[in-house]
Amino acid sequence: MDYRLLLPQFLLAGLAFALLALDLVLPPARRRYVAYLGVLGLLSILLATVSLRGHEGTLYGGLFVVDSYALFFQGLFLLLGAVILLAAEGYVQKFLGHPGEYYGIVVVAVLAMTVMTSAGELLTAYIALELLSFTFYVLSAYATRDLRSNEAGLKYILLGAFSSALLLYGISLIYGATGTTYFAGIAEAVTGTLSPGLILGLVLLIAGFGFKAAAVPFHMWAPDVYEGAPLPTTAYLSVAAKAAVFGLLLRLFSQGLLPAIEVWRWVIIALAVASITVGNLVAIPQTNIKRMLAYSSIGQAGYLLIGLAALSPQAVSGVLVHLAGYAATNLLAFTAVIAYYNETGHEQIEDFAGAAERAPYLALLLTIAMFSLAGLPFFAGFTTKFYLFTAAAQEGLLWLAALAVAMSVVSLYYYLMVIKQMYIVPSRHSPRLKPSLVLKGVLGMLAVATVGIGVYPGPLVRFIEAASKGLFS
Amino acid sequence: MPVLSVLVVIPTLAALALVAIPSGKLKALRAVALATGIVELALSLYVFLGYNHTLGGFQFEERYRWLESLGVSFHLGVDGISAPLVLLNGIVLFTGVIVSWNMKPRPKDFFILFFTLASGVFGTFAAIDLFFLFFFYELAVLPMYLLIGVWGSSSDFGTFLRTKEYGALKLTLVLVGGSVLVWVGLLGLYVKVGAGSFDLLDLERVGVTVGVQRYIFPFFMIGFGVLAGLWPFHTWSPDGHVAAPTAVSMVHAGVLMKLGAYGLLRVGIQLLPEGAHTWAPLLIGLGTVNVVYGAISAMAQKDLKYVVGYSSVSHMGYVLMGLATLTVVGIDGAVLQMFSHGIMTALFFALVGIVYERTHSRDITMFEGLAKRMGLTAAFFVVAGLTSLGLPGLSGFVAEFLVFVGIFQTYPLLGVLGIIGAAITAVYILRLLGKVFFGPLSDKWKELPDATFREGFASAVLVGTIVFVGVNPGFLMRVIDSGVQALATRL
Repeated sequence: MDYRLLLPQFLLAGLAFALLALDLVLPPARRRYVAYLGVLGLLSILLATVSLRGHEGTLYGGLFVVDSYALFFQGLFLLLGAVILLAAEGYVQKFLGHPGEYYGIVVVAVLAMTVMTSAGELLTAYIALELLSFTFYVLSAYATRDLRSNEAGLKYILLGAFSSALLLYGISLIYGATGTTYFAGIAEAVTGTLSPGLILGLVLLIAGFGFKAAAVPFHMWAPDVYEGAPLPTTAYLSVAAKAAVFGLLLRLFSQGLLPAIEVWRWVIIALAVASITVGNLVAIPQTNIKRMLAYSSIGQAGYLLIGLAALSPQAVSGVLVHLAGYAATNLLAFTAVIAYYNETGHEQIEDFAGAAERAPYLALLLTIAMFSLAGLPFFAGFTTKFYLFTAAAQEGLLWLAALAVAMSVVSLYYYLMVIKQMYIVPSRHSPRLKPSLVLKGVLGMLAVATVGIGVYPGPLVRFIEAASKGLFS
Repeated sequence: MPVLSVLVVIPTLAALALVAIPSGKLKALRAVALATGIVELALSLYVFLGYNHTLGGFQFEERYRWLESLGVSFHLGVDGISAPLVLLNGIVLFTGVIVSWNMKPRPKDFFILFFTLASGVFGTFAAIDLFFLFFFYELAVLPMYLLIGVWGSSSDFGTFLRTKEYGALKLTLVLVGGSVLVWVGLLGLYVKVGAGSFDLLDLERVGVTVGVQRYIFPFFMIGFGVLAGLWPFHTWSPDGHVAAPTAVSMVHAGVLMKLGAYGLLRVGIQLLPEGAHTWAPLLIGLGTVNVVYGAISAMAQKDLKYVVGYSSVSHMGYVLMGLATLTVVGIDGAVLQMFSHGIMTALFFALVGIVYERTHSRDITMFEGLAKRMGLTAAFFVVAGLTSLGLPGLSGFVAEFLVFVGIFQTYPLLGVLGIIGAAITAVYILRLLGKVFFGPLSDKWKELPDATFREGFASAVLVGTIVFVGVNPGFLMRVIDSGVQALATRL
């Protein structure tokens, strides 16, 4: 066995413990350096991940798969982790205690996500998913003195445990019907007519994952958790956790459940339709920007589910491309909100009034993020949605793509309301804001990524297409 | 030199350069803006004059790889239909920059958004790949919300208020709503043709079956039609144009509405001729309603800008009618009308802006005899008005005449209605001119200064174009006709 394939995971675990230990050793004033060390560590591990290209293989008899699909996600998660550490640093220092632990747990989440997208078997996937969930239970409730944060953590852990139970029951039913938990084995067993037990297992599986991905009607926890959790946690949850769940789902469905596509496709389509409509419509009346972004991310999950329902190599590429663009865009939005919150302590949409005068740079970048989320051109959102919907239309889901496109007009409305506050409504407070240099740098990079994916997606798309083709061979 | 991509990219680069300039340095900001306006005008003139109409077809072609797996390439080129429209945008953009010289507040942000808009418009006219056509089409809508919402003005109707936010939101949502139909139509086309390409020429070569054409055409007809002001989807247009600041009204009513008509012609009629034949009766009917309804509505307005706004709806009706005739002469007229109306409306809005800047009013009933104080402005306004009602010797006459020839060949009855619309136009234009500029000067306006040199220059460029095209229509028609003839072979 080639244990080198596990190198990034070992390094991640080591890094996480190192950061936790550093927190004990360093005096409080210097604990911000824990975050920078974490970034450095994650970027070095990225080198290890890159070095694995061309050495793809499987471990433990197919239990753990390292292919270019897994490596794409590994790279994505490492970058996201680094960005989150940088974006969180000022916030954690200012509003949360125990900074080193926060950063360490973020790295554990990266570890969990890389395992999720490498899992070739249901129980490995489940364990990784549980590890991820536990890190997020902690990260959501991290503001120990904030009642909303406590409430968020409690809600999340109760509903999360419930959904894990559904998943486990589903996995056990599938094992009972097919005698295996390996994706490849399941694929052989799900041809022909399915037994009722297997269908029930599939439904439970989809429901369980639906919870984790915050798809309607399993989305109820999301707005409360998003609103209550500390801002960096919300950012991380809305981007990375979502990407990891979809990374796992795409592998499971394409390698394990593709033969039974006619059975489950309608369930996924129903989830997509519900998520797109409910997410976008309910986002309209929101007054808290975190809550608004929570509903908007439910809508985005709906777009991604369209790709899952189509499930051709190109549709999988579409999901990955959209995930990459969405990650850059949504992090841009959240980092701008974090920067604004660090200075003002406000997170209502109307608190952004006059931001164009008070913080022109932040306002410009948040506007870019809003336009990109709404799917307007020049930014990632337009290009990635176009790619994803074209792929779906080719699989006969043109009507679903049409619904998604129509609902993105609705989404434009509530994104415009944020822009309206920043640029049109005059400010009620006058002082200019001075976001930290680190945050400005992170914002700049994310904006470049958002525009870059929007106008020159070629290299990224080619890499992704090669990765998702591997999934179907 | 890759002229077209330079033409498309320069405004974006200018916008980026403006981002880097501190907002306090007004001189540097204006220098960049003016330089961009001049370079773009020169380039668009170069493209128009360099277009060889005896050769025909797409020229100045450029093609770069972009997304192979989707069949998208960055493919640019102009033909006889788009070359004059590129020139139109060059002229309006240039005059728009001059008119917005004293833009307040935040001139920097204004020009950033204004040039983003310009890139979108040039890109739409120059794109051959339908992905990029749509990309730029949406890009042109993107900055509108802020351009109107921040720099626009609200209208008080006494009993109710039309705020600039209302106008901005309505315009943005309706236009993006229209582009949803375009997007869905494009996806449908892509899947049904199965050529694995969004390139117009590829799609044309492979061809679309008649059945598919028939059910996809309405998506483009209404989707693009929304931006062209197609009745009953036109209501964003007067509200939006009235709320917008002068230069934005100029570009939007002058050029942006033509994007809609251009898309309808390029994607709808050129690619789906059978679908066009099926739906032409409806389109020409709606176009007729545009003409008559727009003219009657314009007659009822008291706000100077609303008059121009509804007259745009009316004049775009001629464009739609001309396109719907599906005859060479009708489409010729429609394309020339796009150009002519673009220049004329830009002139109208520029002049209304001059009056508004001095009087802070657009209420027609408030004005009397302004010509005595603002002779130059009045003279230009008269030219714009006479173009609008189709006086021979000015550009509007030739365009409308050709459209009417086309209509009388195909739907003579609607031609009669169209002419009635033109007559109503004469009524409201002459009444407006008489009320606002002639008659005794009221004491209130005794101290009004006339247009400054800067404002006069911008208007003079537009007036010069109108007269030049009016007396020498062949200058444009040669080029337009070469494009339309090629297109007509598919009809």
